[in-house]
Amino acid sequence: MSNEKTDCPNHESLHDTRRGFLKKSTTLAAFAITAPAVVKAGENDEKIAGFFEKMPLQIEVNGTAHNLSVEPRVTLLDLLREQLNLTGTKKGCDHGQCGACTVHVDGRRINSCLSLAVMNQGKKITTIEGLASGDKLHPMQEAFIRFDGFQCGYCTPGQIMSAVACIKEGHANSEDEIREFMSGNICRCGAYPNIVDAITEVKKGGLPL
Amino acid sequence: MINFEFTRVSSVKAAVDTLAKNPGGGFIAGGTNLVDLMKRGVMSPTRIIDINTLPLKQVEETKNGLTIGALAINSDVSEHELVKKNYPLLAMAFKAGASAQLRNMATVGGNMMQRTRCTYFYDTAMPCNKRQPGSGCGALQGYNRMHAIFGASNKCIAVHPSDMCVALAALNATVTVVGSKGQRNILFTDFHRLPGEQPEKDNTLAKGELITGVTIPANPFTKNVYYLKIRDRASYAFALISVAAALDMSGDTIKSARLAMGGVSHKPWRLTEAEKFLAGKPATNESFLRAAEIGMKGAKGYGYNNFKLKMGAAGIVEGLTKAIQNV
Repeated sequence: MSNEKTDCPNHESLHDTRRGFLKKSTTLAAFAITAPAVVKAGENDEKIAGFFEKMPLQIEVNGTAHNLSVEPRVTLLDLLREQLNLTGTKKGCDHGQCGACTVHVDGRRINSCLSLAVMNQGKKITTIEGLASGDKLHPMQEAFIRFDGFQCGYCTPGQIMSAVACIKEGHANSEDEIREFMSGNICRCGAYPNIVDAITEVKKGGLPL
Repeated sequence: MINFEFTRVSSVKAAVDTLAKNPGGGFIAGGTNLVDLMKRGVMSPTRIIDINTLPLKQVEETKNGLTIGALAINSDVSEHELVKKNYPLLAMAFKAGASAQLRNMATVGGNMMQRTRCTYFYDTAMPCNKRQPGSGCGALQGYNRMHAIFGASNKCIAVHPSDMCVALAALNATVTVVGSKGQRNILFTDFHRLPGEQPEKDNTLAKGELITGVTIPANPFTKNVYYLKIRDRASYAFALISVAAALDMSGDTIKSARLAMGGVSHKPWRLTEAEKFLAGKPATNESFLRAAEIGMKGAKGYGYNNFKLKMGAAGIVEGLTKAIQNV
């Protein structure tokens, strides 16, 4: 890994992130033959990125606008974690089966592991890091602590993002409805009863989300 | 994930033209199934054509019924007032599928195009005639608990995983598609196909065609409907079997019925003979039992999925009963 610079002295990826050290070194071979960043097609409505090319991506994350450059195959989850250093969003199954990667895109909860980053051009993303206001936790974060809504904590960021959306969508009107609409978030520790209690409390309290 | 080229298009024509120029390419909408398949190496399109900005998101009542754009998001459609009021069977089916997060991503067209969740299809170390024609079928003699009981072939016993499609088949929907030769309509029940000798073909979409929307004809099935889904956990699992039941009642007599099943075949399985039997019959348990008997004719188990024969019959009775109870 120490020979990164000699392999690829000029590539921007050496300077654009602090994390992703391993990832960079494994993809260097590909970047070494990178063509200019983006090729525009003749037609106005086509934007094309070639196999080893990156695409420009304008995206707002937790209120901060970013102008990025990403490979088409990078998922939104990997972009958040590896390129933006927002590791609160967890990679659980990476196949849309566990919900640990849940974030909000334009206010709607989605699985960030199944969304290509480049499909989120111009979108506003909220991650678990974007919920609190300064040192003041979001009511749902408070409720998870108060009701002991976790053990190991790995699923918790996804649970909380999903829980906030569940109430906003109007699907937290009963314990059964909460269970149904939270079914996309798996908790291996089995903290489900406490998670339901936390959501019920926030819903009842009418606390601002 | 094997890398690919990425193109964003903003018109249906550009989408179709781009695919014509890139035969190894494919469209992406919600991506919930395609991205997963690409990560697993089951599918590896050389070019991804992002169609998400195409103007195909509408849900509108027309003189023919309801038209839903191919890019309408599953959760939006299921929560739409027109759908809840006039097409409640469809709303119920949507809610039975996937999770809230996935329904926020998945589109109507993408839901139709999703691939089977057969584990042999997903596991690239296993033989699968759908993934690799001619390699054999791992499920036929293998662990086939989730597999088909209707219309399978000795090449493939996979099932179509969608819930939405079962409701659309029951409601006589039509699919509108556009290709380089223009637009055409396909009956929903003709859209997906049986595996036969070519299980690699999930549907009758011609090469290069794009789904633009679905139309559901106006129908009387607004009250006595039920979408029953039996699965390994209470929510967020694929169907072992599902039953879409819709009844148009006149007092205690069934004027007409619609019945379709999911989790039992390579396509949404319409039970037309059972529907015919139910027309004009009293809505009694006896009628439902007979309808189940007729509906399950020709069903065949492959070992681990033999339980579906009994479960299917019981599911038809339960689906019809709940439709009558309007639960």
